[in-house]
Amino acid sequence: MTTATLSPIPLSKAASFEAQAEKAGARRNRLLSLPALIIIGIFGVLPLIIICVYSFLVAAPYGGVQWQFSTDAYLNFLFQRDIFDDTLQFTPDFLIIYLRSFLFAVVTTIICLLLGFPTAYFMATRSPAQRNWWVLLITIPFWSNLLVRTLAIMFIIRDEGLINNALIGLGVIDKPITMLYTNFAIQLGLLYAFLPFMVLPLYSSLEKLDFRLIEAAYDLYATRRQVLWRVIIPLSKPGIIAGCLLVFIPALGAYVTPLILGGGVHLMIGDLIAQQFGSGRNWPLGCAQALILMAAVLVALFFYVRNTSGKLQHG
Amino acid sequence: MPEHPGKNAIEVRGVRKVFGTGENQVAALDTVSVSIRENEFFTLLGPSGCGKTTLLRLIAGFDFPTAGEILLHGQDIAPLPPFKRPVNTVFQSYALFPHMTVAQNIGFGLEMLGKPKAEIEARVAQMLKLVKMEALKARRTSQISGGQQQRVALARALAPQPKVLLLDEPLSALDYKLRKEMQIELKRLQNETGITFIFVTHDQEEALTMSDRIAVMSAGKILQVGTPRDIYDRPAERFVADFIGETNFLPGTVVSKKPGVATVKFASNATISAGYPEGFDPSGEVTLVVRPEHADLVPDPAKGTIGGTLSNIVYFGTDTHYHVKLDGGGEDFIVRHQNSRSSAVTFETGAKVGIQFEEDAARVLKD
Repeated sequence: MTTATLSPIPLSKAASFEAQAEKAGARRNRLLSLPALIIIGIFGVLPLIIICVYSFLVAAPYGGVQWQFSTDAYLNFLFQRDIFDDTLQFTPDFLIIYLRSFLFAVVTTIICLLLGFPTAYFMATRSPAQRNWWVLLITIPFWSNLLVRTLAIMFIIRDEGLINNALIGLGVIDKPITMLYTNFAIQLGLLYAFLPFMVLPLYSSLEKLDFRLIEAAYDLYATRRQVLWRVIIPLSKPGIIAGCLLVFIPALGAYVTPLILGGGVHLMIGDLIAQQFGSGRNWPLGCAQALILMAAVLVALFFYVRNTSGKLQHG
Repeated sequence: MPEHPGKNAIEVRGVRKVFGTGENQVAALDTVSVSIRENEFFTLLGPSGCGKTTLLRLIAGFDFPTAGEILLHGQDIAPLPPFKRPVNTVFQSYALFPHMTVAQNIGFGLEMLGKPKAEIEARVAQMLKLVKMEALKARRTSQISGGQQQRVALARALAPQPKVLLLDEPLSALDYKLRKEMQIELKRLQNETGITFIFVTHDQEEALTMSDRIAVMSAGKILQVGTPRDIYDRPAERFVADFIGETNFLPGTVVSKKPGVATVKFASNATISAGYPEGFDPSGEVTLVVRPEHADLVPDPAKGTIGGTLSNIVYFGTDTHYHVKLDGGGEDFIVRHQNSRSSAVTFETGAKVGIQFEEDAARVLKD
């Protein structure tokens, strides 16, 4: 009986067995990713679809939606319907909030990069044992909630806060400098909240940098400035891109910081969207605003990644 | 003004380099002085930790000496940063820029010097030809082999036409065959460019085959400077003899002494006259060194300078090593015989043999 099965299997047949085994392996691998896919599907994709659908419906008077198709939410983003004659009038209010949010996010990203790069470079050039301590120090802010930390900033910069009291006590000023509920306060809060997100990816990039390359550049007549621009920055490009994305995107959608430090006067996109679901009772408008933000981020991202990868490679 | 204008490319004068502070101080270089001539292939040879790489880094400018001067064509360069020294380095790890092509790597130094574009391109083309890498000039450095990276590193360091080229164990990462090839290639490049090469290695064979002169270093000091033949045939110290090539060490006692020649008695009561290096006054217990190929094996123990029992025969193809257990005890004495088709005498392990060597084959050395 067994002798019959010992005859050599034709090559084509063997190949097909192999292909089958490979397919089975691929199927197993897909199975492994299933739990993650289910979570992403239920808590990521499904809500996005709901938001998309809701944005094309009509707002119910006390929140929620009425199942009736309408593009009003998108029209309302730029125009206001006159109560009396039903004509559309251009109102840039939302647009201004969007642009201001973009400006805040851009300024936050740039300042975080300027502050974060030397910090990360300093950390990466310490001894390995010291480096771990520096990473630990950078992550200390994460040990407490952002809300708590933002409230702490509020207590530091308010009129009777730490800074003003100290300055008045020292006789530098007579009247407190108003810092809370200003653009400055929001900017400060954003910088504080997102700086670690810039430092950590920059650090992980710089830590991998081969410092012998820097010596090689010095040896080949590059000055300190040239070494920075021609060797260090191009080689830490992945960290720069990751850090900028990790700061820019959440900064754009920041909610807690502008709410507390801006005092509800200086709105950012996050607060605006939240308002539509709360006191505004206009869910479709909130959904539309969220989707417009998402689209804007995607477009900005596309150009950013395309530009930086090109420039840094040839620069 | 330099003492010998135009003669010495590099002069190291009383250079000390101390790392660390307080109790953790380590002197990597302990008051080293050496002159390296123009157009010379000069090798710093020594075991790891002997200070050879430290000396190279001081010349390159990556570190600054604790004391002493380093003169380049008579001018003290010790305080200058690396980018102000007309000296380039080939790194052990090559340190090629991974974000640039082969040609961009080679042109980097010239670009930093602010040379016009046309000149850079011409020089890069010339360098690519010199190291036979024209076909791969547009490749990224991650897309070429180790040997090719080595060539690019050489071309990059040679492109700005440095006064001195420093090479920090550049061949250590290559496999044996490629290393042999690159040794010849390096020698050719040095001849063609006429640039002074300072080569750091721990490989004595590499040092002997490539160098015009060698400085043997140990524990932060230079022990001997000389041509490969000087160093091999007339080692100044026991360390040098031990580090370079294989050597037999024979313990003995000095019985009488003339200028330059000492008579030494072995444990077996045999005596021999042997030379000793200048500035050394042998007396009492000393060590005699004999190169394995400078000794001969004779079947009659009485005819040898010293006698023993053949304990092992190791065949190496080109030659055969005979291990002899000496009558007076101590380490085995090794005799190396070149194999020829007509080797008449054959020896067998366990046989009593004599070891014969000429007076000038043996040297009395400082321990």
